[in-house]
Amino acid sequence: MKALKKDWFSITSLVLGFSFLYLPIVILVVFSFNSSKLVTVWGGFSTKWYSALLHNEQLLSAVYITLRIGLVSASIATVLGTMAALVLAGRGRFMGRTLFSGMIYAPLVMPEIILGLSMLLLFVAVDQARGFWTITIAHTSFTMCYVAVVVQSRLAMFDQSLEEAARDLGCPPLKAFFVITLPQILPGVLAGWMLAFTLSLDDLVIASFTSGPGATTLPMAIYSQVRRGVTPEINAICTIMITAVTLGVITISLLNKQAHTKKQSSATIRAGS
Amino acid sequence: MTKNRKMQNSHHGRRRSWTLIAVPYLWLSIFFLLPFLIVLKISFSEQVLSIPPYAPQMDWSAGWDGFKAMVSHWSLDNYLWLTEDELYLSAYLSSLKIAAIATILTLLIGYPMAYSMAKAPKGLQPLLLVMVILPFWTSFLIRVYAWIGILKNEGLLNQFLQMLGVIDEPLIILNTNIAVYIGIVYSYLPFMVLPLYATLEKLDNTLIEASQDLGCPPSKTFWRVTFPLSKPGIIAGCFLVFIPAVGEFVIPDILGGSETLMIGKTLWVEFFSNRDWPLASAVAVVLLVILIIPILLFQRHQRKSGEVLT
Repeated sequence: MKALKKDWFSITSLVLGFSFLYLPIVILVVFSFNSSKLVTVWGGFSTKWYSALLHNEQLLSAVYITLRIGLVSASIATVLGTMAALVLAGRGRFMGRTLFSGMIYAPLVMPEIILGLSMLLLFVAVDQARGFWTITIAHTSFTMCYVAVVVQSRLAMFDQSLEEAARDLGCPPLKAFFVITLPQILPGVLAGWMLAFTLSLDDLVIASFTSGPGATTLPMAIYSQVRRGVTPEINAICTIMITAVTLGVITISLLNKQAHTKKQSSATIRAGS
Repeated sequence: MTKNRKMQNSHHGRRRSWTLIAVPYLWLSIFFLLPFLIVLKISFSEQVLSIPPYAPQMDWSAGWDGFKAMVSHWSLDNYLWLTEDELYLSAYLSSLKIAAIATILTLLIGYPMAYSMAKAPKGLQPLLLVMVILPFWTSFLIRVYAWIGILKNEGLLNQFLQMLGVIDEPLIILNTNIAVYIGIVYSYLPFMVLPLYATLEKLDNTLIEASQDLGCPPSKTFWRVTFPLSKPGIIAGCFLVFIPAVGEFVIPDILGGSETLMIGKTLWVEFFSNRDWPLASAVAVVLLVILIIPILLFQRHQRKSGEVLT
């Protein structure tokens, strides 16, 4: 009786909680197939907003720029973030270690508006023309911190004595990293890349500060349209983005799961419990 | 034993990691630390009609004298202005208030979710976890935008409530602070649920069983055992919501109205509409000073309690 009561509490809070999380997204997706121009009144099923997207040159070029920035910045951020994670997980003490970890953790909670403003003022100070590269650098800088945190949590699970053994047997450091460590932390690195990529795709504030003429990203384009009013076309592009991200997350979590089960079997052998 | 190994390997580790440390260190110094120093510098400048729109400029050709000349022209006028104009003070206070209320609301909604997730059958938990994380991967802007159609006067919520006959007149929610609360709670809920779940899931069940075996009623067990033990998760979750919420721009801009006063929006207007870069910098510096206390507290907490975040 008691257990049943508790279960009802759990079920209710989970159902309510997840409806709260998902209902707005579901509604958004449903209304992207609405034939009526009014976003909140159902006028029948239609995919016309999707075909309208294909003719929206402005939006398409924004998509192209956003993807390019995302790919480049996520890749650089993954390399830098993984290096930073190795430093954080390493035992070596060095000057300014506190400052280093501070610079990794602070951007995670820092308001984007401050990051964007400071980044822009740096580019202005060195008289750098703004556009694709300034957004890419800005995105790299804040996403690498997320990569560092994700990879670091992977490294914490990984038995570093393996790499040390390789090193002791005369394996050069770079080779030891690529042969021993990297395969072990690869799911973390991939998840880090994915996170950096989606954060870059998603960012409005930092991109608005660091962008220049001709470099309008998709969130910037969506934002300027939202200010003019809600249209089914925005719903359509949002739906495409949501679908893409969902597929990506499922892929990553499957990869992670695979690595996890592998790890678990070796961990159970080691722990013997 | 670990300590021993640490000592043995320290010379080893130090040598290999010089380039490893230098590259990310340099990158973050140039693109994270240096920009803040520049913001600080510009906050002492004044607005002028030129490109870039602030003065004095550093005269690099004059070297050290140029630097001295620049410093001598610095002033605290922007900061004085921030204290004189009531708009800024009330924007700071109202940001803190909105963020605090939203954080408490997020905790109230997030805690039962995390608690139920930790109680759910073990096989179901990974799925629930992915379900919490998934919206976090979806565009922030899109998720905030989705609420417009729901909260509008002729939106779905009002249509629904009117259909049920609960209300006759549509509720005005969009462009009010209530919409901002909803937006913050919605956007930051995963940040609250994840650390809470992490601590609740690790919780030693034998303690709860012991308490119940000794005749403690479930609600008392919760308040005396579970809740205090989940404190690290509560603290981490609250910081993760509160700190970014104070400087939030997108949510108050899209969902809030004229009554919504938040410093992130003030900074944006100051920068983009008024083009007063020095004043915007001063606003940012003060915001940072306000946030540095919770950020440092959060970092200390994270170091002590390990990896609640991930």
